[in-house]
Amino acid sequence: MSVARFWRKQDQRYNLMGTECQVCGRKFFPNKSMCPVCHRKSIGKMNKYQFSGNGIVESYTVVHAGMPQYRSQVPYILAYILLEEGDHILGQIVDCDPEDVDIGKKVEMVFRKLGQEGRSGTIYYGYKFRTIL
Amino acid sequence: MRSGIVSYGTYIPRYRITPKDIGRVWGQDGVMMGKSLNIRAKSVPAPDEDTITISVMAARRAMKRSNVEPSSIGAIFVGSESHPYAVKPTATIVSEAIGAAPDLTAADLEFACKAGTAGMQAALGLIEAPNEQIPIDYAMSIGADTSQGAPGNALEYSASAGGVAFLFGKKDVIASVDLTMSYTTDTPDFWRREGMKYPSHAERFTGKPAYFRHVQKAAEKVMNRMGMEPKDYDHATFHQPNGKFPLNIARKLGFTKDQISAGLWTPEIGNTYSGSMMIGLAGILDIARPGEKILAVSYGSGAGSDAFNLTVTDNILSFDLGRSITVKEEAKIGRYIDYSVYLKFREKIKMEGE
Repeated sequence: MSVARFWRKQDQRYNLMGTECQVCGRKFFPNKSMCPVCHRKSIGKMNKYQFSGNGIVESYTVVHAGMPQYRSQVPYILAYILLEEGDHILGQIVDCDPEDVDIGKKVEMVFRKLGQEGRSGTIYYGYKFRTIL
Repeated sequence: MRSGIVSYGTYIPRYRITPKDIGRVWGQDGVMMGKSLNIRAKSVPAPDEDTITISVMAARRAMKRSNVEPSSIGAIFVGSESHPYAVKPTATIVSEAIGAAPDLTAADLEFACKAGTAGMQAALGLIEAPNEQIPIDYAMSIGADTSQGAPGNALEYSASAGGVAFLFGKKDVIASVDLTMSYTTDTPDFWRREGMKYPSHAERFTGKPAYFRHVQKAAEKVMNRMGMEPKDYDHATFHQPNGKFPLNIARKLGFTKDQISAGLWTPEIGNTYSGSMMIGLAGILDIARPGEKILAVSYGSGAGSDAFNLTVTDNILSFDLGRSITVKEEAKIGRYIDYSVYLKFREKIKMEGE
């Protein structure tokens, strides 16, 4: 990934910045330029909206053969999370074993390293999740 | 009203390793080592954690506990000896991740274990400066580290990870800073050269002429100027390279075990370096009552100490501590790993292609 490509999405990855439709109040992550329900009526009425990062695990999978950059973390958990404000997000659940995760478990956002461009390139940071003890 | 701490947040990684596990690998009596250093366990950062992620977590927790708008923060300093980048500030990432950017100044500081407290002094200075000259109402200083000791070195028993963020301002101050003074000399007790992975230290030289001299001088300077004696303080906290040094300096200065218990965390989580004394101060604020007096003294190798005299205000009663986790609560949550997992997490295993 190029430095600029990640930089453009920093707001999303650091702060869960999505959008809210001012017509129907629905919240979206990642951001949308138009509401899929209100269509034309939402044009120009999509405002920035920051999600809290709290949610529940709706489904999850345990990755045993992961990406090379994540080899020190296998087996790691990827979960489909329902955010408390609505909309879903796919994220890694950290600091626990696969048996600690279950559907319906409450999670909170944490700030973690997502990856890096080799040993001399930039480091990417952003959201991951952790079960609430 | 005097400027001081408006809010604070701490972060301690969840993984832990015991001295027993470290000693077993190196043919040493780890249990004895842990006892002599007064360390029961040390925190270990997860493979996806570093000084930047720890700083952001601590800063976010500080913001959670206060109603200060992130955009009204005028300065952010991050003190660490383990900034992930040699060139590219940690502080800019923190600024962006708490929503403080872009209208602020930011910088990374380095002074072994006391860069975070040097940042506290800088933050206070900016707030106390005439507003027409420097219009800054809130400033944050963070001390965070993911320090390493070379495998098999005595430092490996203590070098841990953690961070603290203090937000300073003049409004809704929960602990005012009455006085801060420092003591600094050129004493090469501990260092790490550019490009080297692990630090070196001058063994026993790190004690008397280094830690003890600097902490004692800085503490005495502040007490003398304040007209305070050890018995006048409710709490004291000192830099904690291990669990033993702070007990010794406290005794030497005339503080009791009760006075330092709320601010002594290295025995539970190891030495968080730039976070060490700051976590001590946070642990004290977690239980502090209005009117209480605190003495907090940091130490950074190389060498210097920053001493702070603080007074807890009535605002501590309305401070929303419960919006985040306390030091005691987080120190208790530990997921224990063995030495081999620790080596993997800390990237000490040579991988294919490296």
